[in-house]
Amino acid sequence: MTPARKKRLYLVLLMIAGIGTAVALAVTAFDENLMFYYSPSEIVAGEAPVDHPFRMGGLVTAGSVRRHSEGLTVQFDVTDNDKLVTVEYTGILPDLFREGQGIISRGTLRPDGVFVADEVLAKHDENYMPPEVAESLKTVHSGADNPGGTTP
Amino acid sequence: MTPELGQFALILALCLAVIQSTLPLIGTYTGERHWMSLGSTAAWGQFTFLSIGLCCLIYAFLDNDFSVAYVASNSNTLLPTMYKISAVWGAHEGSLLLWVFMQGAWGVAVAAFSGKLPETVRARVLSVMGMVGVGFLLFMLLTSNPFERLYPAPLEGRDLNPLLQDPGLAIHPPMLYMGYVGFSVAFSFALAALLGGKLDAAWARWSRPWTTVAWVCLTIGITLGSWWAYNELGWGGWWFWDPVENASFIPWLVGTALVHSLAVTEKRGAFKSWTVLLAITAFSMSLLGTFLVRSGVLTSVHAFATDPGRGIFILTFLCIVIGGSLIIYAWRAPTVTGGGRFDFVSRETLLLANNVLLVIVAALILLGTLFPLIYDAFELGKISVGFPWFNKMFISFMPLLILVMGIGPNTRWKRQDPAELARRLRLAFIVSVTLGVVFALPLLPGASPLAGLGIGLAAWLVTTLTTSVVDRLRHKRGLAAIWRDVTVQGRSYYGMVLAHLGMASAVVGVTLVSLHGVEKDVRMSPGESLEMAGYTFVLEGVEKHQGPNYRADRGKVRILRDDEEIALLMPEKRTYTVQTKPMTEAAIDIRPTRDLYVSLGEPVGGGDWSVRVYYKPFVRWIWFGGILMALGGLLAVSDRRYRLSVRSRRTIDATVTPAAQEASG
Repeated sequence: MTPARKKRLYLVLLMIAGIGTAVALAVTAFDENLMFYYSPSEIVAGEAPVDHPFRMGGLVTAGSVRRHSEGLTVQFDVTDNDKLVTVEYTGILPDLFREGQGIISRGTLRPDGVFVADEVLAKHDENYMPPEVAESLKTVHSGADNPGGTTP
Repeated sequence: MTPELGQFALILALCLAVIQSTLPLIGTYTGERHWMSLGSTAAWGQFTFLSIGLCCLIYAFLDNDFSVAYVASNSNTLLPTMYKISAVWGAHEGSLLLWVFMQGAWGVAVAAFSGKLPETVRARVLSVMGMVGVGFLLFMLLTSNPFERLYPAPLEGRDLNPLLQDPGLAIHPPMLYMGYVGFSVAFSFALAALLGGKLDAAWARWSRPWTTVAWVCLTIGITLGSWWAYNELGWGGWWFWDPVENASFIPWLVGTALVHSLAVTEKRGAFKSWTVLLAITAFSMSLLGTFLVRSGVLTSVHAFATDPGRGIFILTFLCIVIGGSLIIYAWRAPTVTGGGRFDFVSRETLLLANNVLLVIVAALILLGTLFPLIYDAFELGKISVGFPWFNKMFISFMPLLILVMGIGPNTRWKRQDPAELARRLRLAFIVSVTLGVVFALPLLPGASPLAGLGIGLAAWLVTTLTTSVVDRLRHKRGLAAIWRDVTVQGRSYYGMVLAHLGMASAVVGVTLVSLHGVEKDVRMSPGESLEMAGYTFVLEGVEKHQGPNYRADRGKVRILRDDEEIALLMPEKRTYTVQTKPMTEAAIDIRPTRDLYVSLGEPVGGGDWSVRVYYKPFVRWIWFGGILMALGGLLAVSDRRYRLSVRSRRTIDATVTPAAQEASG
């Protein structure tokens, strides 16, 4: 093997090692950080994990927002127009959070069936519906007349 | 009438773009000089009509012409004038017009400043740019026409999204688009070179300044975006690994790799086909980013309201661009001969490592961004990749990159004696390791291994750069010679130094704000106070306030340190009258080494408010780093070897012009 080829071989090996490490790292880290999405119906049916964080979403039911008299804990119900799940969140809700609005939330399921959220997201654009929420609404009521929950 | 004029102008621009993309290219094969010179003319024409189109839309906004659907849904009579103008690119259709306008502007810039290029090269570059223009103009006219009329016209518009009513956001999209579209110039140069079969150092020198300017714009755009998110989203984050942020960050990473690999191609003639591939990738990633934003396939804080037609159009366009350019690449690249040889320990190797690392990080971020789509496509369930994953990937590779960044500038091209290199970097190494250890051991308050790593890496950048500068200046005699070197001879080099220092600044900022930032969401009654990070925050009260197009609850928060008042902050909770959308307007007390950030949540009963209070040490250093990088890029572009060629072109022009005019006339 000529020195030039040897050098090239080293470089190629180095690159393969780099890419290999990257892939290995990416895949192992995926295990811990992939978060599945469940609709309220799936949660009620017991399909969601109890020990692992996941994401859920749907429409905030009108009149369901209840606030504790102390601290910043708030509870509300989220629905896919079929089943309800109560969500508890401690902190400041996003600006666009309101009843009837589609939201996505990340957290864990408590044994009593309440979803404890670490994060609640409502979207910038009021016409925008997170694709997951739109789909779970669709599967429940195909052709629901007002999927956005907002008046245009 | 004006909207129809604008519409008509856009159609004319499309016609000219078609001419620009075909005739000059055909001319290069038939040797027809008239046809080749049509490229510049068409580029100017296209730009003129695009300007008319853009002006028509701006006029429609200023004129409150709500019969135009786009104006009606994004403006309002009460909207301040500045935001009426920035509303032009506040939503999908208008931002696309801005995009195409920028594309036209880059085309004109190439036509105007490329007199030194051989005629065939210029014709090919402009042709490829014309093709990209055709694609985007078609996209706009067919799926997202900004001039569409609304009948009957509403009396009042629906107002601009309040989040976008911010000075930072008025300039963020234009800068970002300048960057995205700027990579189309690098892309066009690469394809032109492939088509012409001539990939050499001259080609690299021509496309280098264009690429750097595009990179500078993208850098500023991303920095502004981060700053806007911090200011305006009301929760004090400066980066979320949101798909749309990733969509701008991936081209930036690939563009950074491209800037470096172009340096090797220009100076040493090596890495040619790799550089071309990077140029193609950088632009493809820009397009992919657009696709992700416009099609709404991903859940993102930025996602526009979706329209599947648009997504399919861009996806098709993307396939044509990527597929087409890769086919040309596969066809032509094997003819590219290898460049200069280099040793294992040499600047080339280090720049190669830089490229590999940047591309790996870009690929990982792309993987994380697209993974939910892939997962969904195989019907494995709906998932999202949490941002801890992205952080982990980033933290795994950035230290390596920074290590290489320190060594590179101190290494010779072609061959470097490893022992000499080790000797030269010994001091820098000792200093940065010591600093790293000091911050890693729990001697100082708030020290931790990660803080040690971050500070050590930043110190490594600063010390190695200092070593390199000192080395360069050691042989200069007298201040005058040094001054001359800094201002005249070595702009490209000092540009690099500045940009790398920017990286050090960003590393310090990211490390300290991530590790030592304090964030608290609390419930406060008027008069109540809160201790945090050595500061006392007193909520004095919340009162009503009336703005031009909004009403607000305005909080008064007094900040004390050691019983001395240091700031009075007035965060607001605004409700915009038209969209009735609540908006958090944070108030920030800024010092170079820390931000105190207060935003109002909502009334939670009994006169209490939820209040968000943040202590953000060194957060400004992140954006300062971005600014330094951009300045470094600009300084490098002003290097005399690019200007020299402009001057020599002028003299050539002076002698050649009459003949050329005859030929093209």
